[in-house]
Amino acid sequence: MAEILVLVDHVDGEVKKVTLELLTLANRLGEAAAVWVGPGFEGARDRLGEYGAGKVYVADDPELTSYVVAPKAALLAKLVNDRSPAAVLVPATGEGKEIAGRLAVRTGSGVLTDVVDVTDGFVAEHSVFGGGVIAHARVRTGTPIIAVRPNSVTPEPAPATPAEEAVTVELADADRAAKVVEKVVQEKGERPDLTEAAIVVSGGRGVGGAENFSIIEGLADSLGGAVGASRAATDAGWYPHTFQVGQTGKTVSPQLYIAVGISGAIQHRAGMQTSKTIVAINKDPEAPIFELVDFGVVGDLFQVAPQLTEEIAKRR
Amino acid sequence: MNIVVLVKQVPDTESPRKLKSDDGTLDRAAADGVINELDEYAIEEALRVKEAHDGEVTVLTMGPDKATDSIRKALAMGADKAVHLVDDGLAGSDALQTSYAIQQVLGRTGFDLVILGSESTDARTGLLAAMLAERLGVAQLSLANKIEIDGTSIKAQRQTDYGFDRVEATLPAVVSVVEKINEPRYPSFKGIMAAKKKPVETLGLADAGIEAARVGLAHAATEVVDFAEAPPREKGQIVTDEGDGGAKIAEFLAAKKFV
Repeated sequence: MAEILVLVDHVDGEVKKVTLELLTLANRLGEAAAVWVGPGFEGARDRLGEYGAGKVYVADDPELTSYVVAPKAALLAKLVNDRSPAAVLVPATGEGKEIAGRLAVRTGSGVLTDVVDVTDGFVAEHSVFGGGVIAHARVRTGTPIIAVRPNSVTPEPAPATPAEEAVTVELADADRAAKVVEKVVQEKGERPDLTEAAIVVSGGRGVGGAENFSIIEGLADSLGGAVGASRAATDAGWYPHTFQVGQTGKTVSPQLYIAVGISGAIQHRAGMQTSKTIVAINKDPEAPIFELVDFGVVGDLFQVAPQLTEEIAKRR
Repeated sequence: MNIVVLVKQVPDTESPRKLKSDDGTLDRAAADGVINELDEYAIEEALRVKEAHDGEVTVLTMGPDKATDSIRKALAMGADKAVHLVDDGLAGSDALQTSYAIQQVLGRTGFDLVILGSESTDARTGLLAAMLAERLGVAQLSLANKIEIDGTSIKAQRQTDYGFDRVEATLPAVVSVVEKINEPRYPSFKGIMAAKKKPVETLGLADAGIEAARVGLAHAATEVVDFAEAPPREKGQIVTDEGDGGAKIAEFLAAKKFV
């Protein structure tokens, strides 16, 4: 079976869940071969093996993480040329898609983004227009480069002992054009990452102010979920932009999405419509969010949300 | 400074968006066209760079005739002139081809800085900035929520999943922006009137030196196999709060094993 390259997404050696999802998907399509770029591989080896990485290409040259995106694409391009993998899977994050873009140009390959599943023949399923249309597409030139949206595949343990191979690549001057001088990791506290979380609780215009977001946070924490916000809430400065869910923010696809005080304008729906189960609390019975919900309560969020938090606590 | 801002016309997200049944490409005629929202932030940033460092802002648009409306709006906001790449041969181009076509036009216009929105609301691939930087062999300062230019040096804050990176480069560069970067201005009445007199150069494939065999649906590196409207979600249960709304949600979540 042919190798499927999986670019490992990690922050300073901590493997992101999407990597395990990509390994699972890769092993359905061929043989997963992880590509590690940066320091910290030692601490991640077991985790990659546990989820089926039969092989790992390790590129720990610090130069490869000192510049924006280009070195990672250069390394992957070298592996594509030397190893002829059947496909390359990357996470459909901002950076993952940029790596895919550069790799596509370098290798003259087609690239598919925001893919939610891949089947035989590398036919990729996309959810487009905010979940309104399901499209299948394939690459017909070069090596399929596929950016898979986090939370689309359930990671399955498939213990393997990774065969390690050290690799590197010679960088061109253009690859060094944009230097990363500092990496600023913002305190995210105890909550899971928004795009990776199984449960997301978001607040919108109805929350009414920054101080009231503690209600959203309290509900999220009772469920071990992440906090999101609608554009109305982030534009008003009630919650940081990083947490915006929607057309111009993050796209999330959790098992459970709870929309609190969010009307459900298309802007917001485009970012959460593919969530598996949707619950909403809104005082307006006509709010479009109710067209999407599995369970909705028409009522005052300041009554309903705290009561829900309390009820969840009682059941724990 | 020669600043080129890329502006795409996209279907209004408020109007129904469809794929065409014959070839699976976006039905651009079916919906109202508007400037891709993030491109307005790109235009604003281009104008701010011009205001601080002098120079000229050129709008570059690839798209059908009706994209002229979006070009006029960008000019009304304050851009100086525009180049409109329009040719039937471009229809259905994927990101790889689009980046090639734009590279060819940038070869004509020249540039110190190319600014674009980090993604469009229609395809949402987020690929173009990286592809262009790769093709042009210049610095990629993408997903920027802040930029600072001093002479030929440029610094940016690049938004990441964990926070941000501080990145630096020497011009020329390709910059893609996220909405946190600024607050786009509205065109003034004066701006709207002035825009009518600003030059818009229209280019076809041959004018721009674009090989016809490298663009368009028939030569795309990707193809749509099939598509369908997503099945509508099953109608959920909606109740009106009678003092026990929270408890009812908790019951629902328990039945679904979330708690």
